[in-house]
Amino acid sequence: MSRKTIWGLGAGIIVLLLCPLFLPRFYVYLVSIILLYGLLATSLNLVLGYGGIYQFHHAVFYGVGAYGTTLMLTKTGLPAIFAFIAGPLVSAAFGLVLGIICIRLSKLYFGMLQISLGSLVWAIVYRWYSFTGGDDGIHGIPMPEMLSSPKSAYYFTLIITLVSLFIMWKIIRSPFGSALQGIRDNPVRSEMIGINVRMHQLLSLVLAGFFAGVAGSLFVVVDNTVFPDMLFWTLSLEIVIMCLLGGGFTFLGPRLGAAVIIALRTFVSTYTDYWALVLGIIMMLVIFFLPNGILGYVEEKFKRGFVEPEIEER
Amino acid sequence: MDAVYSIIPAGVLSQIFVGLSRTTILFIVASGLTLILGVLRIPNVAHGSLYMIGAFTAFTVTKLAGGGSAGFWTALVIAPLVVALISLIAERGMFQFLYEREHLMLLLLTFAFSLVFGDLVKLVWGGEYKSVPVPHIFQGFVPLFGGLPFPRYNLFLLIAGPVVAILLYLLTNKTKMGKIARAAAVDREMVGAVGINVSRVFATVFVIGCYLAGLGGVLVAPTVSVTLGMDHNLIIEAFLIVIIGGLGNIWGALLGALIFGLTQSLGILIWPKFGIIFPYLAVVVVLLFRPTGLLKSTW
Repeated sequence: MSRKTIWGLGAGIIVLLLCPLFLPRFYVYLVSIILLYGLLATSLNLVLGYGGIYQFHHAVFYGVGAYGTTLMLTKTGLPAIFAFIAGPLVSAAFGLVLGIICIRLSKLYFGMLQISLGSLVWAIVYRWYSFTGGDDGIHGIPMPEMLSSPKSAYYFTLIITLVSLFIMWKIIRSPFGSALQGIRDNPVRSEMIGINVRMHQLLSLVLAGFFAGVAGSLFVVVDNTVFPDMLFWTLSLEIVIMCLLGGGFTFLGPRLGAAVIIALRTFVSTYTDYWALVLGIIMMLVIFFLPNGILGYVEEKFKRGFVEPEIEER
Repeated sequence: MDAVYSIIPAGVLSQIFVGLSRTTILFIVASGLTLILGVLRIPNVAHGSLYMIGAFTAFTVTKLAGGGSAGFWTALVIAPLVVALISLIAERGMFQFLYEREHLMLLLLTFAFSLVFGDLVKLVWGGEYKSVPVPHIFQGFVPLFGGLPFPRYNLFLLIAGPVVAILLYLLTNKTKMGKIARAAAVDREMVGAVGINVSRVFATVFVIGCYLAGLGGVLVAPTVSVTLGMDHNLIIEAFLIVIIGGLGNIWGALLGALIFGLTQSLGILIWPKFGIIFPYLAVVVVLLFRPTGLLKSTW
């Protein structure tokens, strides 16, 4: 990292820390949502951008994490901390199971099968009234005293997001991360030099599932609700678009993409019911005119190391 | 006929026929999807939306034509053509510029279309349920195996499925167009090199595939309530069918639709609340043994 980047990140973190002091309540909520969606998009990018795996149904892990946390909070008497650990772990376990089933298939096959199996998870959550609350979801989830105000929820989200991002950044820079990118660029050669391709891919799916689960648990903290739409496949593709819009192969791109999409969704929804139409048109424009995303475009335009150490390696 | 009932209970038998009728719809839609996947390699998420547009268009056409039997037959001709026209515009306007790009981009573009189509349907037809009347000659029931009442319209579906399958077979195997399309699926550049306009072939295949989605939408319209969101379930099912059948294989789509339709209808008998999981289980089992589908994929 260049000195400039460190200064930039430091400034960003300070602004985020100060946010609740001068922003109205609604915007504190909005920034929390943006933060956790950024985490979600980054966790997808771990497998999609760095692993080259077509993880098309990432929302499943997000939703499962949220439901895992919620059910632990509402159905058991265990301290809340267990619920927040359990959610992401359940997501990781789902990542493992779906991964084992799908990993033998290549690229597009993988993605299509994952969309389909993920939809099964959605269908079960949607129908299992007695356990998951069915299509109503669960509202008014009790939070521990510490996290019940929007401000404390915000700081909790901010800290967990930053820690998770740091861990993911470390993972990508680790030998494991390099191997993963090697597999993305040339699976056959990676196999030949002795990398266990399947194991690496599987592990990356589990990790991505885990961090998506973290994002899901954070949503429960911020919003105190869960609902089946959290694991609907259209949300998954929305997350893919967040990655693409920000810049698919950059570390911070997906965060930026998430911020743009969530902010737009919030403001467009106040004017019209036709958000999907707007999103569809944005997607078409991005696909045609910004194929490398916003950060990719900036990189291209200014040709200077922005926040993009990864590009040099490829 | 008592012999039949002594082997298979009446309830199971009627569910089998319900499943077979569903299979017809699934097959018609999935065959279009698999055709596009096989030749153009586009996982068309918007396929479900085109099916939905087909059903809504059928509603409007039937209504304009007076709501009687004639209305349905007119819709059967016109609605798929409307869908085909929409897809032609989408293909010439956007998709044709992206064939060289990654699958991911193409998938996302079709997803963008499905979002746009979904909202346009909401804009044009509103959010209420619509129903299309069953045409006059197919109203009522026919007795099957001596007593089991079976809706006439479903019998019509059972005939329509094989007819479409045979026509598709003839189209892809016996016509010059079909042969070129199959060649283009295997080696696009070579086909281009011998002087064939590949772009036009792709456009034709895309439009035919989407026409089938529209046709499925019209055929299903009298049996269900036509509503927003009918696209989502169907596209997932069609994806699964195409995967277990083998990408790009039309007979695979038929086989997949059969497996899916029957496990779905029989699963409901076994476990009414979660019957939906049986087709998915079948898919997992198939893929554990044959990861690339039951029949040969064109990929």
